[in-house]
Amino acid sequence: MYAAIAAAQNGASTILLDKSQVGRGGATIMAQMTVAVALGQQEPDSVASHLQDTVRAGRGLCNEELSALVCREGPARILEMEQWGTRWAREGEHLKQEHAPGHSVKRCCYVDFLNTGPAVAATLRRKVGEFPMIRRISNFAAVDIVVDDGRAVGAIGLDIARGEFVSVEANAIVLSAGGLTKLYARNSASANMGGEAYALGLWAGAELIDMEFVQFFPIGHLAPRLVGMDPIMWDPFRYKLGGKLLNGRFEEFIDRYGSSDFGKYNATRDVAAYAILKEVEAGRGTPHGGAYLDFRHIPEIELRGAFGPVIDRLLKNGIDLAKTPVEVGPMAHYHMGGIRVDTNMATRVPGLYAAGEAVGGANGANRLSGNAVTEAFVFGHRAGISAAELARRAKPRGRSEWKHESIARIQQPLGKSERTRASPAALQTELQNIMWEEAGPFRTGPRLSNALMRIRKMRDQGLAYAPIGTNKSFNLDLHDWFELRAMLTTAEAVVASALARAESRGAHQREDFPQADNSLEKNQVLEFKSGGLASRWTEPVRLHPCENGDA
Amino acid sequence: MLRDGPSRCDCIHAKMVMPEVKATTALLRVWRGARRDDGRYDDFQVPYEDGMSVLDALRWVRTHLDSTLAIRYSCINANACKTCLALVNGEVEYTCMAKLTAEVMIVEPLPKRPLIRDLVTDIVPEDEKL
Repeated sequence: MYAAIAAAQNGASTILLDKSQVGRGGATIMAQMTVAVALGQQEPDSVASHLQDTVRAGRGLCNEELSALVCREGPARILEMEQWGTRWAREGEHLKQEHAPGHSVKRCCYVDFLNTGPAVAATLRRKVGEFPMIRRISNFAAVDIVVDDGRAVGAIGLDIARGEFVSVEANAIVLSAGGLTKLYARNSASANMGGEAYALGLWAGAELIDMEFVQFFPIGHLAPRLVGMDPIMWDPFRYKLGGKLLNGRFEEFIDRYGSSDFGKYNATRDVAAYAILKEVEAGRGTPHGGAYLDFRHIPEIELRGAFGPVIDRLLKNGIDLAKTPVEVGPMAHYHMGGIRVDTNMATRVPGLYAAGEAVGGANGANRLSGNAVTEAFVFGHRAGISAAELARRAKPRGRSEWKHESIARIQQPLGKSERTRASPAALQTELQNIMWEEAGPFRTGPRLSNALMRIRKMRDQGLAYAPIGTNKSFNLDLHDWFELRAMLTTAEAVVASALARAESRGAHQREDFPQADNSLEKNQVLEFKSGGLASRWTEPVRLHPCENGDA
Repeated sequence: MLRDGPSRCDCIHAKMVMPEVKATTALLRVWRGARRDDGRYDDFQVPYEDGMSVLDALRWVRTHLDSTLAIRYSCINANACKTCLALVNGEVEYTCMAKLTAEVMIVEPLPKRPLIRDLVTDIVPEDEKL
């Protein structure tokens, strides 16, 4: 939405395509937490300090030009959002900024209570609605980017409600379809985070970078079943209140893994994730395969003081924190890798841009809490401007035969549907289990090789014959089939990259290579060549030592 | 008549005596069809766990029993997308917020919206359509 607004502000006639309803899908709307920006309103701060923290977390792999862009333009976007109506939490005359792990000062803005994502999504929906030149299309699932004569010229998509394939022509295309966390059985994703942006980009000729770096949030909610809340909601509870992590026998255990906790949550995310999964492996997990998070030692008045209405929402779910511990465990939450772009958000394919979580590189091997929504705003804004500029310069094209050709081609593989085989939805679940079991938070060479084999087998033997119902309108089999096709390509990119990186760094942890290897302080770049993935290593983009992001 | 899969239900009206359901499973009686005057109810037996939502059960049905069931949802958990509305036991509810019970639950499309198919109705604003 940010890209569409920026494109329209810069004079471009814009089509905003969304698989869900416009502005109601994706990841941003689910973000209940904070947005990191060096406004310096709570305490002195600088772009250089934000950049330094971001690059440090990225463990040597950040594209520092992209990181600097996020840190430098973040403050302007936050203030712009306030002008457009987002009611950031305030303290007196200034925006309230909280501390979050990895940030050296209090720089994280939010909307109370745990309402940041829905609030900014509502602001952007309203703002998009103010521009008559933005045409919104809901329930349009893009399944292919069409490249003609080396340029991205349009997209083919499924109009889900009518069950028809439709072509859309454009002088510039921004891929902003989010991350890939739906590839994992345990995730905090919405329905549309199957990694399609990466697959669409790859097939169109763009490069991907850092695909092995999936961020797993250590204390995602497992049980009791909790609805109406983001599964990663426990982090603010942990900052504000502390709480005890206990294993299935109600013993504290973090100290067995070289860290301390003692109800203060000092343990870093990677240690917490590792410790929880190792306890489960040793047979000391909770019934749902995680750890207990226990707030019973905290007086109810403190719980209410910190989270007011949220405590009532929990009670409605049958969760009384004063009486019951909850079960938590690692789950896929964000993807650091993605489409390789320059600081104008341009891929190497003329006419094709990327924005938001679809972009790789800004966060290197690990992302700081609060940087995801910031990059969504900043990259969207930048991509919209770039796309509008290109569209303004574009000459009218004569050739439009691609539309019929592409629509016919996209439907070709659908003919083999066999009733007795596993459905696309069932195959998606199987893929999620493969990724969780073989390419999850802690990886080994043999398990990754096995994952690669199983993914390729599913692509060649499962996908091709998956049955597709014959209903025309809202045919989710058809939708799931194309989604699975993209999920398989993206899963293969993640696993192949993880296999090649024989070291542990940031979010990529190899049990068979537990240390970082200095010679691998490089980025892996993937491209689609002769029907398969080809990879190479590149040096990370560094800022000149005299630049600190302020320039 | 209770089967583990898509089945044609003989009833024409949902409010009727239901078969007994084991405590570990729930029974969903789901309206199916592309026209209001030509629909049916399909019964699905779903593993039941405390706290499960009706949406959880519908998603389980799509994965394990009948992937052709049409449902609309996006955020799954957060009640942020506000798109999973349906009629649950006669009340308009977000299926993600409606708790599954070990009794029989009847799920039908929203009555006042144009029907697209099964539980999906047309809730998209006119200017967001092709």
